[in-house]
Amino acid sequence: MEQRLANTWRFTVNERKFIETALLSDLRVDGRRPFDYRNLTVNFGKEDGSAEVQMGHTHVMGFVTAQLVQPYRDRPNEGSLSIFTEFSPMGDPSFEPGRPGESAVELGRVVDRGLRESRAVDTESLCVLPGRWVWAIRIDLHILDNGGNLLDAANIAALAALMTFRRPECSLGGEDGQEVIVHPPEEKEPLPLILHHLPIAVTFAFFANENSVAIDPTHHEEAVMGGRMTTTLNANGDICAIQKAGGEGVLQSVIMQCLRIASVKAGDITEKIKKAVDSFNTHTALKKIKRHPSSIPMDVDGADSKLREKQKSLVDKKATIPCPSENVVRETKSLDQ
Amino acid sequence: MEFVSPEGLRLDGRRPTEMRQIRAELGAVAKADGSAVFEMGNTKVVAAVYGPREVQNRSQQLSDQALVRCEYSMANFSTGDRMRKPKGDRRSTEISLVIRQTMEACIMTHLMPRSQIDIFVQVLQADGGTRSACINAATLALADAGIPMHDLVTSCSAGYLNSTPLLDLNYVEDSARGPDVTVGILPKLDKVTLLQRISCRLCMTDTTGEYKGIRISTRWINYNEG
Repeated sequence: MEQRLANTWRFTVNERKFIETALLSDLRVDGRRPFDYRNLTVNFGKEDGSAEVQMGHTHVMGFVTAQLVQPYRDRPNEGSLSIFTEFSPMGDPSFEPGRPGESAVELGRVVDRGLRESRAVDTESLCVLPGRWVWAIRIDLHILDNGGNLLDAANIAALAALMTFRRPECSLGGEDGQEVIVHPPEEKEPLPLILHHLPIAVTFAFFANENSVAIDPTHHEEAVMGGRMTTTLNANGDICAIQKAGGEGVLQSVIMQCLRIASVKAGDITEKIKKAVDSFNTHTALKKIKRHPSSIPMDVDGADSKLREKQKSLVDKKATIPCPSENVVRETKSLDQ
Repeated sequence: MEFVSPEGLRLDGRRPTEMRQIRAELGAVAKADGSAVFEMGNTKVVAAVYGPREVQNRSQQLSDQALVRCEYSMANFSTGDRMRKPKGDRRSTEISLVIRQTMEACIMTHLMPRSQIDIFVQVLQADGGTRSACINAATLALADAGIPMHDLVTSCSAGYLNSTPLLDLNYVEDSARGPDVTVGILPKLDKVTLLQRISCRLCMTDTTGEYKGIRISTRWINYNEG
């Protein structure tokens, strides 16, 4: 509660009035129209499963990590997904260090509802040994800068991090086949998570006067708004979660209109995230090619011979292909005899 | 699992758009300025309101409006398996926030500057729909305390199971993990103040269906309270 108050205190009556009256003529402080989203940039860290999202001044980082744990008793063959939020005091003066405040809890819960309860991540594929070992996926969301609409940014950061995350491959071994062997990434290629769909959070701000609505509110607009609604949809237009926790009442028709707008925005944002993830993936793939064949830069002069060798091996391979069929023929012959 | 029988009846014998029995009692807590017990079937919630009174923590005082605080808790014996839950877990923190913001929107806070209103809500028996029962109880307690309000918020939940929209889910239906929605409405203004939805992939059109059911139900609640 104190956080919210700290936010409003910095505002003068004139500033409030300015934002409200500008909205009446469909203008916003940062030059957007009421239903324009801010520019979204998604960056990725060096390691898998870390993403950094920037939307205007808002800056959120998402990290995904995995750990082998015992499953919950009521779901022995499902992995788990948990979300933790960290509102760093450097992000906003009203964030206090220590226990997560109300807004941090709300943010975590809404992201959780969108991702986990809509079953976006396939938890059954995270099972290694039913009842014994499953992967527990942990998403950490760090708010680095609060420029408003943390929820959407955090949701995108969580998604982007999940999409690039790779968990080490495991296999069962030992005498009784109950021992879990975790293969290091050098040995076996780590596996990506299975995401069924991408739930995108889109937030609307409602203002007291004349039922003004604005999408993706900035920090200033958040201080003025009377109510907020976050809708989580995927690109197919399925609604995964809605959160409108009190505040200014809105008409049913306005909610339906917001949902329609949100489904369009969700499509756009999905495209953007996918594009960013794709370019990251190709980038890492290229890096790998550079790392392994150290021979390429070395045998510049011997390239010809190498090529010949390669071709030879190819030819050899081709030659081996008919072999099995010959064997088969021989076998059938022996059978005939 | 089958939640709606071929005859169109639910597990507890209700029709899909039928609510559970509602009972409300005002003045349940003698010490409080306003209090209420609200029951929806087996869900039972008690709410107490203190205030408007002097702000306890001076630094939180607001010069232009009243400070509203809310605390939600669940009694240890309220659920089937009795367990000690840590106070201030994520779920109860979120519900406290939701109830506070919902109530703040309907209380005329500008009439009571430099004062504080405390709302305490406790779940005595949980059988699904605790969130909406809490909001209904809090509204009644605020009304009992004589606090000026724009409107009485009424709330109800609905879900979608066996391709049938169901009104006012009980615990068994709630834990089926189907999509469900909690709606809080200001009936006189005909506006939605609270809307929470948890779902697994459902298209928009279904929302309208659920929505209409809830609106009917909230009218009904209002009528009963009146």
